[in-house]
Amino acid sequence: MGSITLKNVSKVFGAHAVIPSIDLDITDGEFVVFVGPSGCGKSTLLRLIAGLEDVSDGEIVIDGRNATELPPAKRGLSMVFQSYALYPHMSVRSNIAFPLKMAGEDKATIDKKVQDAARVLNLTDYLDRKPRQLSGGQRQRVAIGRAIVRQPGAFLFDEPLSNLDAALRVNMRLEISQLHQQLKTTMVYVTHDQVEAMTMADKIVVLNRGRIEQVGSPLDLYRRPDNLFVAGFIGSPRMNFISGAPAADHGAHTIGIRPEHIALSTDQGIWRGTVGVAEHLGSDTFLHVNADGIGTLTARVGGDFAVTHGDQVFLTPDPQHLHRFDEKGMAIR
Amino acid sequence: MRVPFSEPRRLHTGDAMATLHTRSAARLMIAPSVLLLLAWMIVPLAMTLYFSLLRYNLLMPGMEEFAGLTNYTYFLTDPAFFQAIFNTLAIVLGVLFITVVGGTALALLLDQPMFGQGIVRILVIAPFLIMPTVAALVWKNMFMNPVNGLFAWLAKLLGLQPFDFLANAPLLSIILIVAWQWLPFATLILLTALQSLDEEQKEAAQMDGAGAVSRFIYLVLPHLSRAITVVILIQTIFLLSVFAEILVTTNGGPGTQSTNLTFLVYAQALLQFDVGGASAGGIIAVILANIVAFFLMRMIGKTLEA
Ligand SMILES: Nc1ncnc2c1ncn2[C@@H]1O[C@H](COP(=O)(O)OP(=O)(O)O)[C@@H](O)[C@H]1O
Ligand SMILES: [Mg+2]
Repeated sequence: MGSITLKNVSKVFGAHAVIPSIDLDITDGEFVVFVGPSGCGKSTLLRLIAGLEDVSDGEIVIDGRNATELPPAKRGLSMVFQSYALYPHMSVRSNIAFPLKMAGEDKATIDKKVQDAARVLNLTDYLDRKPRQLSGGQRQRVAIGRAIVRQPGAFLFDEPLSNLDAALRVNMRLEISQLHQQLKTTMVYVTHDQVEAMTMADKIVVLNRGRIEQVGSPLDLYRRPDNLFVAGFIGSPRMNFISGAPAADHGAHTIGIRPEHIALSTDQGIWRGTVGVAEHLGSDTFLHVNADGIGTLTARVGGDFAVTHGDQVFLTPDPQHLHRFDEKGMAIR
Repeated sequence: MRVPFSEPRRLHTGDAMATLHTRSAARLMIAPSVLLLLAWMIVPLAMTLYFSLLRYNLLMPGMEEFAGLTNYTYFLTDPAFFQAIFNTLAIVLGVLFITVVGGTALALLLDQPMFGQGIVRILVIAPFLIMPTVAALVWKNMFMNPVNGLFAWLAKLLGLQPFDFLANAPLLSIILIVAWQWLPFATLILLTALQSLDEEQKEAAQMDGAGAVSRFIYLVLPHLSRAITVVILIQTIFLLSVFAEILVTTNGGPGTQSTNLTFLVYAQALLQFDVGGASAGGIIAVILANIVAFFLMRMIGKTLEA
């Protein structure tokens, strides 16, 4: 139940190859996140898996069965859309019941399953409302409810949290993760937000221009990025990249060092610079330092490291966490 | 930090007064046109009411005298009156049925991606641009004519007796002609409504296992309900007063078989020269139209709220 394999899958719109060719294995029960910048083909890939878009070439295997030609409803997947796509004239109850009704289940079973889903999602009090009478978070939960009642082999989420405000997003992120623990069903989740990817995924697939840049666990990607793109995309604030003489000292075209792996001092260190902007978050402070002969570097220090704009500081990268890249942008290991 | 927050509040009170001022000025400025419109409506209505109480025949000018409600009793007890009411309703309901069902079907067809979509859409809209008299004459002479008409030719081709539509089924023929004219309107409104249906909703329904028919019943039809209501409302207003099509095809006949209220009033006034009777008929038509409007508004209120 719920393993998905893509073999050589490609998608062409007109003359534009949105997805040149992708091979990917998703094992049963995994929480897989597709992450990448906007327009890189994440939604297209998800829609190919869902069957809402036909592949131009290649094969999609779901549960060991070739599903390439199957219509969406026959693939045993359910999807949560970015706009939620609730049926506006139906009550919450009818929305959640709709897939069951279409599957021809009897009324008693439908009622029971809808009640169960509503209880899990805290929607019991809203069952008789219309979608437009709900808040964004509640709509989101109805959309999830509609997806879970069918007990699909896998869930597909397309940027489900992008329409929510920041606080709610953190909340829903947690709820979706908990839902995954509870149901243990495969989830394929699309987002452009690397924080969501890092916090939720068992496995992250980093996409760029329709190509897979790297696949791995969140910490894998954080610790051992295969290339410049992944190194820059995963982690917040971004990794600092330095090329030229300081990189050549390490035998690389470019070196990368994360803000949290730079030690700061007011009296000594390898690189000298002046503080441009200091962003105080309370526990941490992010310093944007104009380093002499290197450029702007971001460094993370403790919240009580007292420097302000214009102060002189010294930076020392932690050699253990230095990433080296060749001129093609690939990691040197 | 306080200044940016306190500023808008002061502006706001000033704003409210400015709004009030603008509003009364606006009322003053539109007053003349409102008064003109009111007179435009009231004067003919009052005159019709006045004429309806007179014995006023164009063949006997200068002989007008007060007749009380005689004109009304005369008009209301005329057997042609009941026939006319029935015909009016039959035309309205028949045309509404054909245009809503046919319009939905056509809109669904036109919404599909196909070759030459632009031209096909213009072709579908064309009948709406043809004047009612012309359309009715085209139907009468080119399609329904029992000798030279296209339908007669078709019937003969199949070895059948040609059917004289306008003589044997006058009301149905008129309903067909009028429906043909209004079909584009319904199609157009329903097509735009159809195109505003969220693509993701359709896809969600598809993933939920709804086939084409279920998607139509549970998703498309409820989405179209507002547009259908609008079509019904606008068409009803115009269909209550169908006239040209009757005048150029059947002239209300045979007998009064295809006479509707509008045509009956016309016949009273200009064929029998009875201005008093026609005015009474006109007033009755206004009252009936208002009754229909009342029910329509209730129906629409319900749909548009939901
Ligand atoms: N139906 C379509 N027709 C043509 N181009 C499309 C279509 N859908 C997506 N694209 C193109 O494919 C690319 C990837 O789109 P998408 O998968 O939506 O990106 P993402 O979800 O990663 O932001 C974009 O350049 C977009 O313009
Ligand atoms: Mg997208």
